Amino acid sequence: METQKPFQVDVGNLLAFNPFHNFPSLPTSRDELVKGCLEEGTKLIQAVADSLFNLPSTEDVDGPLVKLPPPTTKLPREKHLPKPKPPTKWEEFAKKKGIQKRKKDKVLWDEQTGTWKRRFGYDRVNDDKDIPIIEAKMTDEPGEDPFAKRQDDKKKRVEKQEKNRLQNLKQAAKLGALPSHVQLAATALPITGTQAPPKKVTKDELGNVAGMAATSTASGGKFDRKLLGEKPAKKQGKHRKFLPVVEGSGIGSREKEQTENVLNKLISKHSHEILNVGKAVTMYNVKKEKKARNRKNQEGKSSSTSNKLKPKKQLHKKAAKKGPESSKKRMAK
Amino acid sequence: MMKIKTPRNGRVRRELEKRAPKLVETGKKTLILQGTKTSGILNGVLSEIYHLKKGGAVRFTRKNDNIRPFESGGETSLEFFSLKTDCSIFVYGSHSKKRPNNLVIGRMYDHHVYDLVEVGVENFKSIESFTYDKKMAPRVGSKPFIAFVGEGFENVDELKHLKEVLLDLLRGEVVENINLAGLDRAYVCTAISSNKVYLTHCALRLKKSGTVVPRMELVEVGLSMDLVVRRHRLPNEGLRKEAMRTAKDQPKKKIKNVSSDAIEGTIGKIYIPDQKVGDVALPNKAKGVKRERREAKKKEANERASKKHKEESE
Repeated sequence: METQKPFQVDVGNLLAFNPFHNFPSLPTSRDELVKGCLEEGTKLIQAVADSLFNLPSTEDVDGPLVKLPPPTTKLPREKHLPKPKPPTKWEEFAKKKGIQKRKKDKVLWDEQTGTWKRRFGYDRVNDDKDIPIIEAKMTDEPGEDPFAKRQDDKKKRVEKQEKNRLQNLKQAAKLGALPSHVQLAATALPITGTQAPPKKVTKDELGNVAGMAATSTASGGKFDRKLLGEKPAKKQGKHRKFLPVVEGSGIGSREKEQTENVLNKLISKHSHEILNVGKAVTMYNVKKEKKARNRKNQEGKSSSTSNKLKPKKQLHKKAAKKGPESSKKRMAK
Repeated sequence: MMKIKTPRNGRVRRELEKRAPKLVETGKKTLILQGTKTSGILNGVLSEIYHLKKGGAVRFTRKNDNIRPFESGGETSLEFFSLKTDCSIFVYGSHSKKRPNNLVIGRMYDHHVYDLVEVGVENFKSIESFTYDKKMAPRVGSKPFIAFVGEGFENVDELKHLKEVLLDLLRGEVVENINLAGLDRAYVCTAISSNKVYLTHCALRLKKSGTVVPRMELVEVGLSMDLVVRRHRLPNEGLRKEAMRTAKDQPKKKIKNVSSDAIEGTIGKIYIPDQKVGDVALPNKAKGVKRERREAKKKEANERASKKHKEESE
């Protein structure tokens, strides 16, 4: 195992490299190999330590502190180099016109109160709400509120500033130089046509629409492959039952039954079957109770609301009244 | 319609600033994860690497089926993890019949895969299997010495690449000042053959020698393993050039209160605070001062005596 003197030492990384060493024959046992490697390693590290301990050191609490030189081995970066921020619209304009930045004071002298007030924030100079009187000018319209106008102007100025800031950030993002704490997020999809925002659809509505879409195929959505977990379509709308084309004309013939039902309803042949006696009786009793209650209430308060509701109800009841009264008459007879 | 989102928290803002690209970079964080199948040996290797890099490493313990570093589509998951954990080096372990005890060490540039090295682990000895004096154990996070031995590292392409990657992995933080008392660990890598590297981690013992420089003694502690290089992927030239770019002009830190003049040279301003004349102790003990002191002491004694009388009377 021969070594030549020059090792490659990089003190900044605490690295030492011996490019001239090779094992002429691999040592037979593992331990010998390990020992050999450790010996070589020791030599290299001794070389690094030589240069390291000879650097000028300052005394610190824990021990001697040494300022390391920058590392010589070049390694690739992990992120790209930070790109410089592009100048904003105002900065470009200022450069063109030669406007210098002026340092602003934190507090300003307020004439009105005679104190030093801060430039912005809580108790500030020239606040809109501190103005007691605004003198009218010849150019003012008579019906306009100058205080509201000032507030509107301020709002407009703030909006304009926000818009400009957004534009500047978009420009920076285009060049890849967005500041690290800022993120640009899209709030909504671009809208074409009218500027109304898309309405949020409820679960039921979505279900309805999905059902409609599913059944709008040639076979009514019956043979479509369903996804995992998709529930079968709910029965919606009328399901008509069509009679068979050929059928006998005996007792079980359905066509005869159908037409008979329709006719009976029209002529009301079995009118007692049409009337539901129990329901009619309860309706009558309820109406009676309500009348009694209303009379009681009228002694206390005016039942104007119940009067309002009453006419509508009476319409329904008149149609049904014929039923119970006629039945009662019959029963009395 | 765009909205500007800024963090409402100082903590979040500081985190984002830490992750932003910087002019001068500090150490890279390591991501350690596993593939579909791992062997016991491989698990040991991964957990020991994690222990060695405790401060700047993230360990994922679940298996990830869809990561195949050497295939073109199998890197998306890795890049996503790298983006989320802000790690630029990853160590991916997997075990199969064709490649037993496989370890893929890779680096990222801008959270995209930059280069990869695939090594197989043989003859692994874990930290527990070494017996040594506990007092010498290296502390977590100390900056290590790294030694590479062998001409293979110079001649063989794959070993050269492996050397670079190992340096990046084992280096730790890039620091300007280092405390000489805190140097206690060393990694030794020897090229045994044209594709095998013996890596070992040792504790340092500094012995007294005649000069300022102490004598080094290495004691094997911690992991040792043979790495067999299997495959590797170098970065393409354009990407490499971009990643190796350094910022030449470092912004000089402005030294306050120093200005330079053409005629007079460097001028410094010194600000002296106002003297507090009343509080300063007089250098010569004037007679008047002594007397005042005596009288003040007498007064105090009287007051104390009167207080005692009052208490006794009460």
